[in-house]
Amino acid sequence: MAHVAIRGYSYCLNHTPELGLHYGNTPYMERKSHGETEFIKKLPDHVQSFDEACCYPPNQVYIGGMDLDALVDHPAPMYLNRLKNAPRFGKFGEIMPENEFLGLMDICDVFDLIWLDETFASDVSGALAKHPVMNQKVLSRLEKGHASSEIEEEVSKHGALPLYFQGKIAGCCRKGHDVDESLSAHVLLENIASKAGSVLALLHLLKSTELAPGDVDYVIECSEEAAGDMNQRGGGNFAKAVAEIAGCTSASGYDVRSFCAAPVNAMIAGAAQVASGARPNVVVLAGGAIPKLFMNSRDHVKKGMPALEDCLGNFAILLDPDDGTCPVMRLDALGKHSVGAGSSPQAITSALVLEPLQKLGLTFSDVDKFAAELQIPEITVPAGAGDVPVANFKMIAALAVMKGQLTKEEMPAFVKQKGIPGFAHTQGHIPSGVPFIGHACEAIAEGKYRRVMIIGKGSLFLARLTNLSDGASFIIEPGTGSSRQQGVTREDVREILLEALSELSKGLTG
Amino acid sequence: MGKLAGKKVLLLGERDGVAAPAMEESLRNSGADFVFSVTECFV
Repeated sequence: MAHVAIRGYSYCLNHTPELGLHYGNTPYMERKSHGETEFIKKLPDHVQSFDEACCYPPNQVYIGGMDLDALVDHPAPMYLNRLKNAPRFGKFGEIMPENEFLGLMDICDVFDLIWLDETFASDVSGALAKHPVMNQKVLSRLEKGHASSEIEEEVSKHGALPLYFQGKIAGCCRKGHDVDESLSAHVLLENIASKAGSVLALLHLLKSTELAPGDVDYVIECSEEAAGDMNQRGGGNFAKAVAEIAGCTSASGYDVRSFCAAPVNAMIAGAAQVASGARPNVVVLAGGAIPKLFMNSRDHVKKGMPALEDCLGNFAILLDPDDGTCPVMRLDALGKHSVGAGSSPQAITSALVLEPLQKLGLTFSDVDKFAAELQIPEITVPAGAGDVPVANFKMIAALAVMKGQLTKEEMPAFVKQKGIPGFAHTQGHIPSGVPFIGHACEAIAEGKYRRVMIIGKGSLFLARLTNLSDGASFIIEPGTGSSRQQGVTREDVREILLEALSELSKGLTG
Repeated sequence: MGKLAGKKVLLLGERDGVAAPAMEESLRNSGADFVFSVTECFV
């Protein structure tokens, strides 16, 4: 079976500007290195409200509240042309406000690391009780809270990090060990936030697919955080910890890491396990990255625009056998950026786009849409990083020209026709191809697309282990029912025997 | 050998643009002295 069904998907954002103001890496390092600078003083004035974040068109596209095509024609800059009264929930997920997300972090904490102020905890409990994907078992994990004096003492005397809501201390994240830097409050805060984002996406996925938590067989997590202690800093494992909170008692899981290429690699790992019959289903998921909040905000402040990087991104995707009713991942033509492939943009694009197409005897024009890096351009252009999605589509078009499949004059039309606008936050692994899977599957199911390619690229060189980067890609097409063509079941044998006996009986009596 | 011959060169690559190793490769015969070469990622 070379095809695996994409049975369901969920996409959520966590609007967490106050986590970003204090623990996003750019403001955090600025404050640590230079104190309360002009940039730090001005940044809060550039923060979007929750309602503004909900009405920001790319955020709505991410959660499935707005059609992707509508984003193409939306007037720029989109932060000055917001939607009116856009809802918090979309067909793929939601934008969760910060107070509820802090509550969810407490729910996801099994080591009494997150302490919430008792009044805040009570308010959040009421809000989460109305949440459509929270069940009683999950909600019962929320603590009653602590007196504000206890939280102040943890922060002032015991190295806990304060958590804020509406400018006031709403709780804290405590350290997990006296001397272990891998269990510092800062590391644990990032890890618990990522875990909570994954849990939220998984709960939405279970609801939308109507899959019982106990029926999840395996979880593969693919964020960019490292869970461990001083003896094994990246020991893991987020996947199983996420499954535990969501009540997936029959599931196990592991983590896949490859910087921003991890989600595509995780999708391939999960699909391969389903295709081989090793697992009846696999959920691939990831939570967000606190350090990347407000990563480019220095330039946003300089240019007098909103600091748009205020959301953590999460997703979850359910893979199971291809029964012909859902779009499928093809496993017979995967893109792989090998060690010897080279680091030039042409070499990378050739390995990830051209070679899989050649393997199937297809051309660039046979793909309706390519989804590579999908960062929101309004975030990256002011910071000097350019329109990343367009840069990737131009490179694909240039390669098509080099291979004689397109003329140079046709390049702009190709980029417009085959590319998609960026709509994902600069959350590293989150914008790397996977946000398009939901929209692509809907369009394939409607017959609008017949084939799309998902491409992930990862900056391995940032870890200073190698100068190499990574990349992987796969193709999505309509389902074929390949799992039904896999051989003969006991039922099939029974039917064949009954048919044969019936024929024999007719022959004897006739 | 071109105008970079004998010059000390800093190479700053970008993940979705041109990576530093690719620049090194293309400038290998320029006679430049690569004193620093790094690729960064801002997304």
